[in-house]
Amino acid sequence: MYNIKELEKMASQVRRDIVRMVHTQSSGHPGGSLGCTEYLVAIYFAVMNHDPKTLSIVDKEEDLFFLSIGHISPGWYSVLARSGYFPVDELKTFRQINSRLQGHPATEEKLPGIRVASGSLGQGLSVAAGAALAKKLNNKGYVFSLHGDGEMQEGQNWEAAMFCATHKIDNLISTIDYNGKQIDGPVDEVMPLGNLKAKFESFGWDVLVCEKGNDMESVINILNEAKKHTGKSKPVMILLKTEMGYGVDYMMGTHAWHGKAPNDEQLEQALAQLEETIGDYQ
Amino acid sequence: MKTFEILNIKDTRSGFGAGMEELGKQNPDVVALCADLTGSLKLTAFAEKYPKRFFQTGIAEANMMGVAAGLTIGGKIRYTGTFAIFSTGRVYDQIRQSIAYSGKNVKICASHAGITLGEDGATHQIMEDIGLMRGLPNMMVINTCDYNQTKAATIAIAKHEGPVYLRFGRPKVPNFTPEDQEFIPGKAIHLNEGTDITIIATGHLVWKAIEAAQALEKKNISVDLINIHTIKPLDTEAILQSISKTNAVVTAEEHLMNGGLGDAVAQFLGRNHPCPGEMVAVNDVFGESGKPEDLLKKYGLDTSNIIEAASKALERKS
Repeated sequence: MYNIKELEKMASQVRRDIVRMVHTQSSGHPGGSLGCTEYLVAIYFAVMNHDPKTLSIVDKEEDLFFLSIGHISPGWYSVLARSGYFPVDELKTFRQINSRLQGHPATEEKLPGIRVASGSLGQGLSVAAGAALAKKLNNKGYVFSLHGDGEMQEGQNWEAAMFCATHKIDNLISTIDYNGKQIDGPVDEVMPLGNLKAKFESFGWDVLVCEKGNDMESVINILNEAKKHTGKSKPVMILLKTEMGYGVDYMMGTHAWHGKAPNDEQLEQALAQLEETIGDYQ
Repeated sequence: MKTFEILNIKDTRSGFGAGMEELGKQNPDVVALCADLTGSLKLTAFAEKYPKRFFQTGIAEANMMGVAAGLTIGGKIRYTGTFAIFSTGRVYDQIRQSIAYSGKNVKICASHAGITLGEDGATHQIMEDIGLMRGLPNMMVINTCDYNQTKAATIAIAKHEGPVYLRFGRPKVPNFTPEDQEFIPGKAIHLNEGTDITIIATGHLVWKAIEAAQALEKKNISVDLINIHTIKPLDTEAILQSISKTNAVVTAEEHLMNGGLGDAVAQFLGRNHPCPGEMVAVNDVFGESGKPEDLLKKYGLDTSNIIEAASKALERKS
């Protein structure tokens, strides 16, 4: 078990990986990746029961994770590599030709840890629901999934929300990265979501809210709290309030860094704010 | 020419239902999802006998495809059932990303394909679906011709690891293939030995092709007849073997010319054995309401159209 200090060190290293990966290829999505770093580190290093050594694309008895917002692949790849799913140095191949680290996560190149492709938004909740349903038929364990707030504009999510409640998929813990931003601007301007908590509750979900999605302890607490809400005939949703671009000052408070890479100078600025803790990939 | 006995008149979708019932008994990993069309898809027996392995998704096909992909991660073999229009066009991106690109073991089973859906009209008569599904890497595409073949195919595809699009229809049509047939995905069935022209037919038009071959024989034209249930992967060996003898071909399908069986055969022959070819298919128009038999006539998918196409191809050969 890692303590909070160690997990925070891991998060700092993951953030360095994110900005370096996106910088190398001048391409990728740093904003959401940085905002979800605490969540991803918490899930893989503190919350999920999983073992890279026994990984199989088909579910055994471990917990499963699905990333619906495939564009935050830099954060996920870093956490997967640093959990032992594949060599850390492979992170340098991100978005390059002949790499297993596709721009958006995919199974075709057989990168360990990925069970379904994502990138076209709105599909992950259905897939997670199916996997959770199979898990209920088969064995024990939780299914976790991560979604974007802007992504909730896709109608398929609401089909899936109804399905999960109807079929009492109560081993599923979904999380919405509630950062209030999307490509074209603030979610409230592009296409407001209204009261997301009330919406999910009215769809039959048990909804938890975490106001401090970039505080490691708060994130772990809410995920552990969510586990206690499982097994009660309702799917569980966490609304996780995060800051897009968290950890790099000039990327925060704006939607501008959703899908933009830092230049050489900006990279240096970013790295100066993020402590190298475990060691950079080479 | 060989004679073909009509065993009875049945709908292909009932063959699917019977196949699912049988499969439910044989394989505990088979799970079915249906989007509010359980009766139309003939899935009622499966749903009643195996309620824990049957999931109603409501009128929400996009979610159904995603759930199907997710269930395979738990080792389940997922059969989805709805009309062909909602099995393909409505959910193309879900199939593309979560099923085909992700290589998931989902069987997309689509009833009411083609113009013989009849009275509901063009909103429901998809004739682009083979093209849509053929275009997806990793996807197998099967279009069965009668009740017995559909039942056999439904059971057989459970053994194929990977996504499959299984297409069948609504109307009652002649059931003539053997009840105990072995269905081998990707392997064409040679129905008749002939030397003058090859007819390659799929789905409901296989029986029409048999009628056409019988009529052509009376005019002393010998037809090499292929029942090609699998459009992708195409049994190119069987096609080449036949065309090497006849050097002329007619394809017949209840689908648009764009993207269908004819396209697939032309693509192969153009590169490997160019010869005169005609296509019995719908040429770039939507359908309309009507009785299936009347629609087949109006849209050029009848026995007489296959005979006419064969005559044209033969003229071009000489």
